[in-house]
Amino acid sequence: MRSGERGERPVSAASVTFLGMPATRPFPRNAARAVRDSQLRFNLRKATRTIRARRASVVAEVPDWAALRDAGRAIKEHTLRNLDRYLLQLEEAVTAAGGHVHWAADAAEANEIVAGLVKATGETEVVKVKSMATQEIGLNEALLEYGITAYETDLAELIVQLGDDRPSHIVVPAIHRNRAEIREIFAGRMAGWGRPAPEDLTDDPAALAEAARLHLRERFLKTKVAISGANFAVAETGTLVVLESEGNGRMCLTLPTTLISVVGIEKVLPSWRDLEVFLQLLPRSSTGERMNPYTSMWTGATEGQEFHLVLLDNGRTRVLADEVGRQALRCIRCSACLNVCPVYERTGGHAYGSVYPGPIGAILTPQLRGMSSELDRSLPYASSLCGACYDVCPVAIDIPSVLVDLRARSPHPWPERAGMAAAGWVLRRSGRLARMQRIGGRLRNLAPRRLPGPLAAWTDTRDLPEIPPESFRDWWDRTDGGRR
Amino acid sequence: MRVALFVTCVNDTLFPGTGRAVVTLLRRLGVDVEFPRGQTCCGQMHANTGYRDEAVRLARRSVAVLRGYDAVVVPSGSCAAMIREQYPKLAGPSGPFADAVDRVVAVTYELTEFLVDVLGVTDVGASFPHRVTYHPTCHSLRGIHLGDRPLTLLRQVKGLDLVPLPGAEECCGFGGTFALKNADVSAAMCADKVRAVLDTGAEVLCAADNSCLMHIGGMLARQNSGVRVMHLAEILGAAEPAGAAGRPVSAR
Repeated sequence: MRSGERGERPVSAASVTFLGMPATRPFPRNAARAVRDSQLRFNLRKATRTIRARRASVVAEVPDWAALRDAGRAIKEHTLRNLDRYLLQLEEAVTAAGGHVHWAADAAEANEIVAGLVKATGETEVVKVKSMATQEIGLNEALLEYGITAYETDLAELIVQLGDDRPSHIVVPAIHRNRAEIREIFAGRMAGWGRPAPEDLTDDPAALAEAARLHLRERFLKTKVAISGANFAVAETGTLVVLESEGNGRMCLTLPTTLISVVGIEKVLPSWRDLEVFLQLLPRSSTGERMNPYTSMWTGATEGQEFHLVLLDNGRTRVLADEVGRQALRCIRCSACLNVCPVYERTGGHAYGSVYPGPIGAILTPQLRGMSSELDRSLPYASSLCGACYDVCPVAIDIPSVLVDLRARSPHPWPERAGMAAAGWVLRRSGRLARMQRIGGRLRNLAPRRLPGPLAAWTDTRDLPEIPPESFRDWWDRTDGGRR
Repeated sequence: MRVALFVTCVNDTLFPGTGRAVVTLLRRLGVDVEFPRGQTCCGQMHANTGYRDEAVRLARRSVAVLRGYDAVVVPSGSCAAMIREQYPKLAGPSGPFADAVDRVVAVTYELTEFLVDVLGVTDVGASFPHRVTYHPTCHSLRGIHLGDRPLTLLRQVKGLDLVPLPGAEECCGFGGTFALKNADVSAAMCADKVRAVLDTGAEVLCAADNSCLMHIGGMLARQNSGVRVMHLAEILGAAEPAGAAGRPVSAR
């Protein structure tokens, strides 16, 4: 729904939850285009298979992985059941440590709060730590309307921002780009945003990293306001935790005088000790590292600095109310499910029309955003239910079960309804099934090579099996189970 | 021991040879298997496509037909997973249907589980002198955790040359109605599986699910690859060196 067309108020949690991307065409149509893009297919295949193998090897070397996973699930489950209590405890601890806590019901409210805080500093530029929550609420675009420019500092987010692109992966947002494409983007676009790329820039990874380093260094040194998310927020101590691999996040978290962190309410953990579990689960699941390279933790603000925590709901409370779907809130955004998913590997993230792609996106997006658009209704079907996502999930989210549950909750197209009703009618009586089988057996030579209507999707790429002259049950009856 | 064969609607209707092979195999091993006539479909297609009411109806019907047996043998990892994983969810936590589901779930075995775990056999006396590769279907691998059972059985088959399938644990892209609703992605996944199968140089691809084989085999046939697909049961049921064993992909 476009807001404002009939005088409605801007997008709110009550109508449509905004998730950083416009809901457009349904998944199968986006996917059909993606699978024909051989460059994209090659990039994704190489990248997902590399991370997948790395994860598998570092997870296999942990003897108590199953116990860790179960602990992660249990801690998250307990926290979500007592979310009200822990959020208030977090607020108290952050405030006591000199921070300020703000509550945002939806994307519009969160953006308004952040814009207000930035304006109060008198600054018009902010640096950003890679953050899914701010992607989700479309913060960069919202800030621009207030005359504030947000600069992404995570290398991959920088590539996406410079390329006027969309992120396609939770941890590796530019996974759909290869280094030749990145060189093009840097060479062509860096000058428009700050320090230009060196004239002799090659697509050597070290050269690309150096160009980004020089470009970003200037930004870090002169920007006074930073915006981040957080991987975890410890209620007991009021500590926020960010895990990253480059150190660019730490630059943002330490150099500027004002830090604003936008954090989903499900990110809270009860106690400091709980980090023991998640600091093992997350790096191994996510990037396939034994230990995370840069783990930054901060509690409130030190003198001369200011810290604001914006706690974001944006549909989460509604998800929490759902007995089956609420497990999606356990997600720690590791992306193991994306990297292992055979569908994601072939379509990439853009096909999902949300900042949360892949299997977790297929259950999170329709729950957060609702299923009013054709795209959101199509997401629960963007899976063959192969179960690989559930196997690798470090907090044991049973993604296939949630997908199946979501499928039962939205209306189906009428030809499918008719087909399913007909099949159900036949299968409800064994006599009916036997009669249909006999009719099929008699007409078997008339079976077409290509099927009509929606069924053509099968015969476009696959031959049909031949219909046998006699069903198993008729054989059983005729031969007394093979005894005659 | 009263043993019921739950043949599955796909096997019953499209691949009766698989059902016949299970009967032959079990008789050879001394099991007098019964075929409860009232059975139709486990309801997986309806459940996984979002038609829960119809799925519950079919689940009730299947449970009513199958209760009372000491063992239910299912020549499909996927339908066995449906009964064991999804029936308890459809039935809810308590009540007469939930109790009946519990009893049926406890005795429901996929074919290779029944052979290895219940009968305790790994050499079923089969002979199949062909080069074969095995695709572990998702629901048999990650749903009911068949593990090595199919390979253990295949290794004992006389004359059979078992070659490993690269990327075996990756989904073939069938996924029930996924094959129609996301046909482009499904075909892309299948193309990779087909390439892996052809790389093995196998003349036969086997699996514990005819539904996945119908999909992979359909593409192998479309490409005139000459590779046959066969249900595991048909290989394990083959007692004599079978010159024309197996079915070409698009025939029986």
